[in-house]
Amino acid sequence: MPGKKIFISGDEAVAEAVRMARPHVISAYPITPQTVTVERISDFVEDGSLKSEYLHVESEHSAMSAAIGAAAVGARTFTATSSQGLLYMAETLPYASGARFPIVMMNANRTVATPWALLSDHRDSLSQLDSGWMQVYCEDAQEAFDMILQAYRIAEDPRVMSPVMVNLDGFILTHTYEMVDLPDQEEVDAFLPPYRTENRMDLEEPRTVCYASLDEYMEFHMKQEFDMRKARAVIAEVDRDFGIRFGRQYGGLLEKYRCEDADAVIFTLGSVTGTVRSVIDSMRGNGYRVGLVKMRFVRPFPEDEVVDIAEKVKAIGVLDRDLSIGYEGIVFSNVSSSVLRACSAPAMVNYIGGLGGRNISKDNIQEMFLELLRAADGEKGKRVRFVNVGSEYDG
Amino acid sequence: MPRPEVLDWLRKRFFPHMWCPGCGHGIILHAILRALVDSGKKREETVIASGIGCSSRMPGYIDACTIHTTHGRSLAFATGIKLANPELTIVDVMGDGDCTAIGGNHFIHACRRNIGITAVVMNNNIYGMTGGQASPTTPLGAKATTAPYGAIDPPFDICKLAQGAGATYVARATIAQPVICEQYIKNGLANNGFSVVEIISSCHTQFGRKNNRRTPLDNINFFRNNSVPIAKAQGMTPEDLEGKIVTGEFVKRETPEYTRLYLDLISRVGGNKA
Ligand SMILES: Cc1ncc(C[n+]2csc(CCOP(=O)(O)OP(=O)(O)O)c2C)c(N)n1
Ligand code: SF4
Ligand SMILES: [Mg+2]
Repeated sequence: MPGKKIFISGDEAVAEAVRMARPHVISAYPITPQTVTVERISDFVEDGSLKSEYLHVESEHSAMSAAIGAAAVGARTFTATSSQGLLYMAETLPYASGARFPIVMMNANRTVATPWALLSDHRDSLSQLDSGWMQVYCEDAQEAFDMILQAYRIAEDPRVMSPVMVNLDGFILTHTYEMVDLPDQEEVDAFLPPYRTENRMDLEEPRTVCYASLDEYMEFHMKQEFDMRKARAVIAEVDRDFGIRFGRQYGGLLEKYRCEDADAVIFTLGSVTGTVRSVIDSMRGNGYRVGLVKMRFVRPFPEDEVVDIAEKVKAIGVLDRDLSIGYEGIVFSNVSSSVLRACSAPAMVNYIGGLGGRNISKDNIQEMFLELLRAADGEKGKRVRFVNVGSEYDG
Repeated sequence: MPRPEVLDWLRKRFFPHMWCPGCGHGIILHAILRALVDSGKKREETVIASGIGCSSRMPGYIDACTIHTTHGRSLAFATGIKLANPELTIVDVMGDGDCTAIGGNHFIHACRRNIGITAVVMNNNIYGMTGGQASPTTPLGAKATTAPYGAIDPPFDICKLAQGAGATYVARATIAQPVICEQYIKNGLANNGFSVVEIISSCHTQFGRKNNRRTPLDNINFFRNNSVPIAKAQGMTPEDLEGKIVTGEFVKRETPEYTRLYLDLISRVGGNKA
């Protein structure tokens, strides 16, 4: 199939990427706003353009369990979910990562109940940060397409062998349309060769997978941790190779935008990044020294990169679309612990916004930057602020 | 137009409802309310529980004690409510996906325990809310967004499942028979045990569109023309019954209700709760 540009949604972009990645087994249970992805994939399987087994399972728990089963016999697998579905899957996530199965999953970021709500925030995926899965967040449909392909390469790398969750903001990315560049199938095949592994049931020499062990339990997870650290370099390497082959590169673990001489930067995840970029462009035009750090991977965490940024700027804002109730934003906690390793101590402010899909406007972002610039000049303010709520709530 | 005493049970501030105009679930809402009123139930003593789905939006519209729980798990929540306060009347409303896919486990265990809950299963053969994916009751060959060339998975028969798992009242009607729906729900409420009333509902938006039943009326007519009462079905061959909806009361039997057994056990072994 030759390369082409088509006008598709984020959900469809993921489905197209899955078709090109040629997984052997796909298992999924529908949940808004992931549904379009799994519907398209079942179309592809039934019209023969994707030669995979598609399992219509009866829940997310079964979806991941089936993916684990398939991976245990050496299959490349895919599943997709969102919100409550991801939480229902929770038991099986460390199972997959502990067994070192390189499953790729798309998660359409949506908030969690109660109260019930449909729109996007990151409370679903960030609640699973400790599950042993790598997590990457996408800014647009093209990046979502590209990251599905990259995710398989990273996950299946023998140095890594860990699953990847590719996150797309629900509706904002899953349901909006844009032009997406689809590469040539042969080029994709060259970038992503067929999956071969030793980590599987061996029909010649029967042995167990997913075993129980008390004696080696700690060492087992230490190995997992060390390999996850190695994944940082693999992520950068795969991104570079992808860039050479397809002309698009994302910066690996994180991307810095106009940070060179910035006094204040904001860290973002996902689709809000685009809005922050455009605020920076207009503020830069008025002489403000502001920049953006787009966190792409949250696991493995880009520790050294964050330390490096902290040593160059005077104020850091972290925009969390989540909240660890009883403390602060989850990304903020993670960024703060790396900033502590820096030789300087920039001012830090946590902005909690966009919960349950609440809008984060350009004005909101400009206000954040102005506050951060005052903090850079030594003004003391609050550590955690809530964005776009009545003043009585952020009092 | 509903009777005034039925209208009293509507939570009017939640209207207009979110169902598509002509959705079968509205007929079931009305039947449930008539059954509750005619059975002499009070709003303060009635709990309506649901999971997630178009069907499961129903508790929002009923001005009783209502709870909207997670997808598939409403019977587990309802079991907790019933055990904590066995005096309550509990109606658990659910969709076919809710009941037989993600919640299948809870469904068979509620049947097995024979706990005093009335489950009203609104079977429209599809996941309506999420956009028309195949459910465990999508008929063989029917189209769905995840089965674009027709379903090949054999479907569940919800009434047989309930019967096999131990429910003590099991009945099926279609939305083309609103009075019978109401009667079966009343009988279910009167049964001291786990009652399953499966009501064949319609989703013209998601199911009908793909399966030649585009309008609400197409669906009502389909149910009317393809329903067979149980007595008649007994004399028919499996070939004749293919594609037909067998309606009627399949199980009506008395075995001790679970919370009764539980309280008896506590008093027997000397606990302080009567
Ligand atoms: C754990 C979880 N998985 C998936 C969903 C998405 N979901 C919401 S409703 C629904 C299916 C509804 O179908 P059904 O129960 O038949 O109700 P209907 O809408 O047809 O009345 C699904 C899959 C969810 N809310 N939670
Ligand atoms: S989508 Fe189907 S089940 Fe849902 S409200 Fe519309 S007609 Fe009813
Ligand atoms: Mg349904």
